[in-house]
Amino acid sequence: MTANNPSASGPASTSRLAPEPRANVPETPLAQMPEPRRSRGGRFLAKRAGFYLLTAWVALTINFFVPRAMPGDPAQTLALQITRQTGTTLSPEVLQSIRNLYGDPNQNLFEQYWNYLGSIFTLDFGLSVSRYPVPVLELILGALPWTLFLVGVSTLVAWLVGTSLGIIVGHRPGSRLDLWLTPISQFFSSMPSFWVALLTLWVFSLTLGLFPSSGGYSPNVPFQINNVWFLLSVFRYATLPILTGVFVGFSGWLFAMRNMMVTTISEDFVTLARAKGISERRVIFRYAARNAMLPNITGLASSIGGIIGGVVLTEIVFTYPDMGYLLFQAITTKDYPLMQAIFLMIVLAVLVANFIADSLYVLLDPRTREV
Amino acid sequence: MTRLLEVSDLDVVYLGLTDEGNVRACADINFTLERGEILGIAGESASGKSTLLTAVTRLQQAPAVTPKGSVRFYDAGDSEGVDLIAADEKALRRYRWSDISIVMQSAMACLNPVTRLEAQFADALRAHDRSLNRAQIRQRTADLLAMVGIAPQAMGKFAHELSGGMRQRALIALALACDPDLIVMDEPTTAVDVVMQRQILNQILRLQHELGFAVLFVTHDLSLLLEMADRIAIMYGGRIVEIGQARQIADDPQHPYTRGLRNAFPSLTEPRRERHGIPRSPPDLRKLPAGCAFEPRCDESVAACAAVRPELLDIGPCLAACHVRAAERGVAPLPTARPATEVIA
Repeated sequence: MTANNPSASGPASTSRLAPEPRANVPETPLAQMPEPRRSRGGRFLAKRAGFYLLTAWVALTINFFVPRAMPGDPAQTLALQITRQTGTTLSPEVLQSIRNLYGDPNQNLFEQYWNYLGSIFTLDFGLSVSRYPVPVLELILGALPWTLFLVGVSTLVAWLVGTSLGIIVGHRPGSRLDLWLTPISQFFSSMPSFWVALLTLWVFSLTLGLFPSSGGYSPNVPFQINNVWFLLSVFRYATLPILTGVFVGFSGWLFAMRNMMVTTISEDFVTLARAKGISERRVIFRYAARNAMLPNITGLASSIGGIIGGVVLTEIVFTYPDMGYLLFQAITTKDYPLMQAIFLMIVLAVLVANFIADSLYVLLDPRTREV
Repeated sequence: MTRLLEVSDLDVVYLGLTDEGNVRACADINFTLERGEILGIAGESASGKSTLLTAVTRLQQAPAVTPKGSVRFYDAGDSEGVDLIAADEKALRRYRWSDISIVMQSAMACLNPVTRLEAQFADALRAHDRSLNRAQIRQRTADLLAMVGIAPQAMGKFAHELSGGMRQRALIALALACDPDLIVMDEPTTAVDVVMQRQILNQILRLQHELGFAVLFVTHDLSLLLEMADRIAIMYGGRIVEIGQARQIADDPQHPYTRGLRNAFPSLTEPRRERHGIPRSPPDLRKLPAGCAFEPRCDESVAACAAVRPELLDIGPCLAACHVRAAERGVAPLPTARPATEVIA
């Protein structure tokens, strides 16, 4: 009788499987056992960082070649445009900076590229055309904190609200809450953001007069970061744009989270967790949501990359002094240096955000640690 | 032997899965399980065996419901028992894992992919003994893993870092964590090859011998049950059609369906002869016949079989639900062909 194949045994061989002697496990005293290694992701992250540095270099290089591939001499055109608009003659330093960024037909390409990289790394993005002679960098630095605050907060709040609601409706698909909340939130998200912005502006600002209609802070208080009244006014002015962002944004997270929850909740490991007799809350968070959340976390990290671009349409409605509004101004006044710098910022921010997403994923999902 | 589990008149229904209404996946299930006993449940796909397990362990998900019947569990020293079907989730948590644990079919899907084995053992251990500290949990986890032949270092690993056989054995170790009285196993060896299958089964038997837990073992592989179970229940169309000692099911099966299953695999020692499967396909649970569900495929059926559903009766060597066999043994006369026709609800 072959002991290896139970299904090959017949009526005459119905002897029971013999309980085998205990297998020999190499005994390691528990005290000497190494703690599990926790830093396997390091190499993986180094590889990813290298990849993103390469991508950033490619983006910078494309940014270098685009104006040089344009017919004619964009640098010359730009210089003329500034002169025409402002009536000033450009200093040699300004001219050189424009040449570095937009090309110099009299210089060899390698030298140009070297100068261009020098400009970029010293954060010299040239001077704004529309607000000459303010450096582009200054305009961007002025708008960036507003963007980080406004879009950052509304993205985070929308994510938190959407993801938590997604966990709640997703762990009981088909419940009354699910049947109402899910379609309603879909309806919300299908509203155009600028329309919601106009609506909130009309209701809360113009009709009820609860919140100011435009700007980023009250003109009646001094612009001081350590002034409580200034900070309070910042929050008051940001309420409506944030509300709009959350209102339009949360349902996408809700829907994604709900659907992941629905599939995860029926996984065997969730059933097994229930069978273990641990509390339902722990089953939902530690087993179901912990796994279902992974795509949402990546989504959050990459949407943080988009923050730099601002939410152009909403910001225009609220005339909020951030990057979205700056980009809008740059486009309407054909301020190419400003536009180019903003686009470059967006590209770099997306790369950084993706790198953060990758790193988070490595922390959260051990299966991605294998290299 | 003392009683551990008593399932009476249990029905499991899937609500509104089809236009024709509800599907009764398990009907009138009656069986008992003694302490330390291995009861095998065999049947083909869609015979309701996994549904039965999830109902017994109260792990079924909507739309499955248990409209009638009871599953009485007798804790050590508790002669009254508690009805798991009637108990609410809070009361059930007392019994989960510390009394009844499960081993499921797909080991990869049963382990949380994002936490280490240790954390998953700790969860189960802590749920039933809050006083355990980390060192005690690690010690216990190491002991449990050693029981199934896995080195303690594996506790720091994630599920995807283990081989299929290791995962399955880790699940068995996990099932042992709180020293349960009953381990419910749903095809625990289907996902591994026959060599690993044999190893795992031997391990289960050894541990069962050492620790004395009872096993409710579901599989479609009857030959496997014949070797390891004490008693075997055969399911067909959502009902138990025969239940008896493993030796009897092997040597002297009574129900024509059991005979069909039994004759479907060859013996190593008997002379070669042609094997016959059971003709035609399993019944559609949505429209079961009024009589015996096996009647359309049965070569021994008589007129009464199509009209009257046979009850599970003690016919001597075992319990079987078959008119022909009951009449042969003089337990019950063949029903007349057309009595008040019973229609399945």
